[in-house]
Amino acid sequence: MSAIEVLKPGLSTTVQDTGRTGYYDVGIPPSGALDQYSLRAANLLVGNPAGAAALECVYLGPELAFTADGMVAVTGAAMVPRVNGEERPAWESFAVRAGDRLDFGYLTAGARAYVAVAGGVDVPEVLGSRSTYGLGTLGGLEGRPLAAGDRLPIGDGPGAAPGRRVPDDLRSVLSKDMEVRVVMGLYDHRLTDAGREAFLGTTWTLTPVADRIGFRYKGAELEMVDREPPFGAGQDPSNIVDAPYPIGSIQVPGGVEPIVLHRDAVSGGGYMMVGTVISGDLDIVAQSAPNSRTRFVAVDLDDALRARAAYRDRNRRLAESL
Amino acid sequence: MSDVQAARYSWGGDEFVFAELAEEMSLQANFRVMAITKALREQRPDGVLEICPANASYQVRYDPDVIEPHELLGQLRDLEKQVGDAHDLALPTRVLEIPVLYRDPWTTETLMRFRDRHQDPEATDIEYAARINGYASVEEFIAAHSGSPWFTSMVGFVAGLPFKFQMVPRERQILVPKYLRPRTDTPKQTIGYGGCFSCIYSVRGAGGYQMFGITPAPIYDPTQSLPDFADFMVFFRPADIVKFTPIDRDRYDAYLAEVKAGTFRITARPVEFSLQPFLDDPDGYNTRLLEVLR
Repeated sequence: MSAIEVLKPGLSTTVQDTGRTGYYDVGIPPSGALDQYSLRAANLLVGNPAGAAALECVYLGPELAFTADGMVAVTGAAMVPRVNGEERPAWESFAVRAGDRLDFGYLTAGARAYVAVAGGVDVPEVLGSRSTYGLGTLGGLEGRPLAAGDRLPIGDGPGAAPGRRVPDDLRSVLSKDMEVRVVMGLYDHRLTDAGREAFLGTTWTLTPVADRIGFRYKGAELEMVDREPPFGAGQDPSNIVDAPYPIGSIQVPGGVEPIVLHRDAVSGGGYMMVGTVISGDLDIVAQSAPNSRTRFVAVDLDDALRARAAYRDRNRRLAESL
Repeated sequence: MSDVQAARYSWGGDEFVFAELAEEMSLQANFRVMAITKALREQRPDGVLEICPANASYQVRYDPDVIEPHELLGQLRDLEKQVGDAHDLALPTRVLEIPVLYRDPWTTETLMRFRDRHQDPEATDIEYAARINGYASVEEFIAAHSGSPWFTSMVGFVAGLPFKFQMVPRERQILVPKYLRPRTDTPKQTIGYGGCFSCIYSVRGAGGYQMFGITPAPIYDPTQSLPDFADFMVFFRPADIVKFTPIDRDRYDAYLAEVKAGTFRITARPVEFSLQPFLDDPDGYNTRLLEVLR
C-alpha cells in the first residue's frame, strides 16, 4: 500500500474529512476540515470523493515524502507547494513520483491549507469519520496531529490527470479583513443595546488564541444587562446555567474577547452566547490568522438560508468544473 | 402543576435551534429537557442530526434542506406541550457507584500550581468550598457531597464529561464559584465543582471547576479496551444517577490495578426514576434508589 512519510509535521497538521455526526450529545463534536470548501476542492482536483480524508495544515506546512507515484492538490491558505524544492501551483492537481518530497513556502494569506492525495488518507474510520478530534484523542492518526516519523496510509484511487485546475472565480478569496455573517440570538438579550451595537460595530482583531476549538477576538467590551444571577448560573454577569453550544456560536466570557466556536467545539458551557456564525461562513473564520480583522454582520434566518443556498450552489459549480 | 413556564426558543445560525426551558437550574427543568429530547429521539424527524440535552436547555442540529426550520420549531413546541411538567414520566436509567479519593495527591499538586487564579490562595479548593458553604470541616463537606446521589443533567463540554446536579432540596445544594481564571491543566478523572454542578473530567485538559478529588474509574476510553466500553467509548449518559463513594488510597490503588489489568467495571444497576415521588420525599426516595447498589 502506498503511504506518506512525515519528515516534518508542520505546526499542527491533522487528518480531516467532512466530520462526524450524531455524537455531539455526549460532547464529541463534528470535527472535520474547518474550511470545508477548500477540502472539497482539493479532493475533487485529485479525483477523490469530495469528502475524502485529507491533511489540514495550519500556518506552517509539513514536509512529506511519497512511497509511490501519486496525484496531489493543495487548496485553502496560500503557502506554495514545492516538489523536491520546485514550486507547484495551488488549486491545481500535480503528480508526484515515489521518493518525491513535498514541502511548502511560507504562509502569505489565509491560515489553513488542505493537501489531498488521490485515494485519500486511509486511516481507520472512528464513529463514521476519519477526522481527528484532538481533545478526545480520537480519529485521524492516533487522535493527534502528525509527528515526524509518522507513516500515513493512502487508499487506492483512480486519481485524476495532472493540471486539473479550479477556475479563478471558484477559488477562495483570502483577505486580512473579513465579514462574517451571524444570526444573533441565544443569550443576546443579556447585552444592552449599547453592548449589541458594540458587538456589531467593532472591527475585531483575532488573537493568537485561535485553534480548531475556537477563535478568540479582541476589540471592545460589551455592556451587559444588570441582573440577579439565576440559581446555578454563577456570579459573573456573563454566566448562564451551562447550556449547549451550537457550532459557530459566539460566547463572550466577562463581556470581553468573543470566542467563535469551530468544529472541535466544546459542546456546552456556562458563558452567554450572543449569536451563531452561519454554516457557510465558518470557512471564512477558518482562514483567519492572528491579527486579521473581522466584522460580524447580523442576518436573519431567511438571509442565512439564502446564504446557505448560495454556498451549495458554489459547491455545485465547483464539482461541475472539475 | 400548571406552573410550568414557557420555553424560550432561538435560532443558532442555519443549522441549530436552541430551547431554554428555564433560566434557573432545577431538577424539574432538567427532567423536562430529558422528556422532550427522549420523545424527539423516538420520533426522529427526517433532517434532525443531533439532539443535545443540557441542564435546563437543549439544542437540535438539523439540515434545513431536509426539514424546514419553522416546521421543526413547531414540532418542538408541540413536544413541549405534550410533555408538560413531566412529573408522571418514569425514566428508565441507571444508578452508578463512582469511587472517589477526595483530597488526592494529583489534584492537590495541580491546584497548588494555580493558586494565583483562585479566590482563596491560602486554602485548597475543598477547604474553600467547605468554608463558604458553612461546613465546619472538610470531613462534613465530603459527607454532604457523597451523602446524596447526583442526577446527570448533561454530558458534554468535552467527550463524555458528565455534569451532575445533586438530588437534594435547593437549600441543601452546594454552591461554589468557578476559578477566577481557568486552569490550563486538570488531571483526568478529577471530581470538579462549579456553580451548582459536580462534574468528572473525562480527559486531561483546561478547566475552571474547583477540584475535590479523583476517581480511579475511567469514564472515556477511545481505545475501547475496558469491558465498560465494549459498545461505546463514552460511559455516561444523560439521566444516569450517581453515588459518590469515598475511598482511601489503598482502595484507590487496588481499583487502579484492576483498570490496568483490564478488569475494572463501574457498578451499575438499572432503575426507573420518577420526579414526583422524589419531590415528595427526596431523602426517602434516594435511600430506596440506592438500595440497588447493595
